[in-house]
Amino acid sequence: MLNQHEIMQTIQMIDQQHLDVRTITMGISLLSCAHSDIKIACDKVYDKITRYAEKLVATGEAIEKEFGIPIVNKRISVTPIALVAAAAQADNYTPFALAMDRAAKSCGVNFIGGFSALVQKGMTDADRILIASIPEALASTDIVCASVNVGSTKAGIDMDAVALMGRTIKELAARTADKGGFGCAKLVVFCNAVEDNPFMAGAFHGVGEPEKVINVGVSGPGVVYHALQSVKGAPFDVVAETVKKTAFRITRMGQLVAQEASRRLDTPFGIVDLSLAPTPAIGDSVARILEEMGLEVCGTHGTTAALALLNDAVKKGGVMASSHVGGLSGAFIPVSEDEGMIAAAASGALTLDKLEAMTCVCSVGLDMIAVPGDTPAETLSAIIADEAAIGMVNSKTTAVRIIPAPGCKVGDTVEFGGLLGSAPVQPVHPFSARDFVARGGRIPAPMQSLKN
Amino acid sequence: MKAIVTVIGKDRVGITAAVCSLLAQHNINILDITQTVLQEFFTMVMLVDTSACAASIGEMADILEQAGKEQNLSIRIQREDIFNAMHRI
Repeated sequence: MLNQHEIMQTIQMIDQQHLDVRTITMGISLLSCAHSDIKIACDKVYDKITRYAEKLVATGEAIEKEFGIPIVNKRISVTPIALVAAAAQADNYTPFALAMDRAAKSCGVNFIGGFSALVQKGMTDADRILIASIPEALASTDIVCASVNVGSTKAGIDMDAVALMGRTIKELAARTADKGGFGCAKLVVFCNAVEDNPFMAGAFHGVGEPEKVINVGVSGPGVVYHALQSVKGAPFDVVAETVKKTAFRITRMGQLVAQEASRRLDTPFGIVDLSLAPTPAIGDSVARILEEMGLEVCGTHGTTAALALLNDAVKKGGVMASSHVGGLSGAFIPVSEDEGMIAAAASGALTLDKLEAMTCVCSVGLDMIAVPGDTPAETLSAIIADEAAIGMVNSKTTAVRIIPAPGCKVGDTVEFGGLLGSAPVQPVHPFSARDFVARGGRIPAPMQSLKN
Repeated sequence: MKAIVTVIGKDRVGITAAVCSLLAQHNINILDITQTVLQEFFTMVMLVDTSACAASIGEMADILEQAGKEQNLSIRIQREDIFNAMHRI
């Protein structure tokens, strides 16, 4: 029999510490929608998404009510559109994004991901068309997310794609200038992208995935923060154990929700993503966990070590709690979506260089960072190349989601609203990487790739 | 199906009676109750069986939440599974 203390502990986690399931994401294969006529292909995309995900939101809401646990987002990820659209005779894939947008809205989800291309070893004609379509596609839709994988440990880094993505981000920012370059918040450039990520904006349904699948992302920075408050001054062994135990509980809850959603939607369960995903709400911050470990401000010396411990302990605690762990699984450090990160960046303690170091030990990369609007495309490409190199060499996922906010200078703040929060515009190095980016070609795969 | 009902609020006369009679109206059987009052703060946890209840747990959650609002209490019902998942291996 459960005791009162355990029950009240769970209630407190939900009521006061922002415990929630961050997302239930349905992955849908659109490979069957390929057609030479783009209009027919788009109709098939719309029909398939709405047919498969028709009950996703209602089911999520029913589970939420019965278990009394908030399920913040219901989302859809689809096969990278460059693969689906390749058969279509078209020189612009924006109609696919429009079909995805309409389908997602009629299902009631709040984001759909998969306007994507995987170009780590080179670009097909369809990949080039898709990337060229990204600015128009994201500027003319509301809830479609795009991603491009430009590198991997196995393939190296496609520097032509890296150069192209710098220019694409600039163009996308210009097209959404009236909203602070908001379009860039919906575009992720990856190295080692995963096929079963439930989190936006980088979710897509990989080609190794089944027809449809349910992936669940858990969260709970507030719960970890609260747990660490009870072990003030204790050695790191105790800190790690405390994080592990907390992550275990959070993940068990996510696993239960995932299995229930999978059963009710008659859709196979894929994975639970064990991530600490912050929100701009007070008390739901990853930065504050690092500060609770004894740092005056997130970003000062010691931050990388603190994050390494946190990231590792979350995985160790969560891995036994779920039958299948996948996705990105670790601590997220999106600047604009984390109240503590926003404060640290605004105070100047958290710089782009420190964030880059932190991405070596966290689950993703440079996420939701605003930089001055006049940052050259080549500098954005060089930032992407650095981040991809970290991912490639360390066999981990890294990503860049950066917003060169039009007309904004260092010290300004860009407001995105909702879960995306607000970002202080951070300085980039003023020295050029133009000749570096102009070289193009491929950075060869590292020794780590030769495992066979 | 087994569920957990929790009631939290400022202590006063008749809270337990009110909640129990509401559950009885909906044919929900109470299997176990624990309650404490700490610094005028009332906390009650009940293990209940909802198999004879006509309403679903989701509907009961709405009914209890509404009743709680009227009495300035937080009353909720949740499936027992969520607590077992989090606290038992």
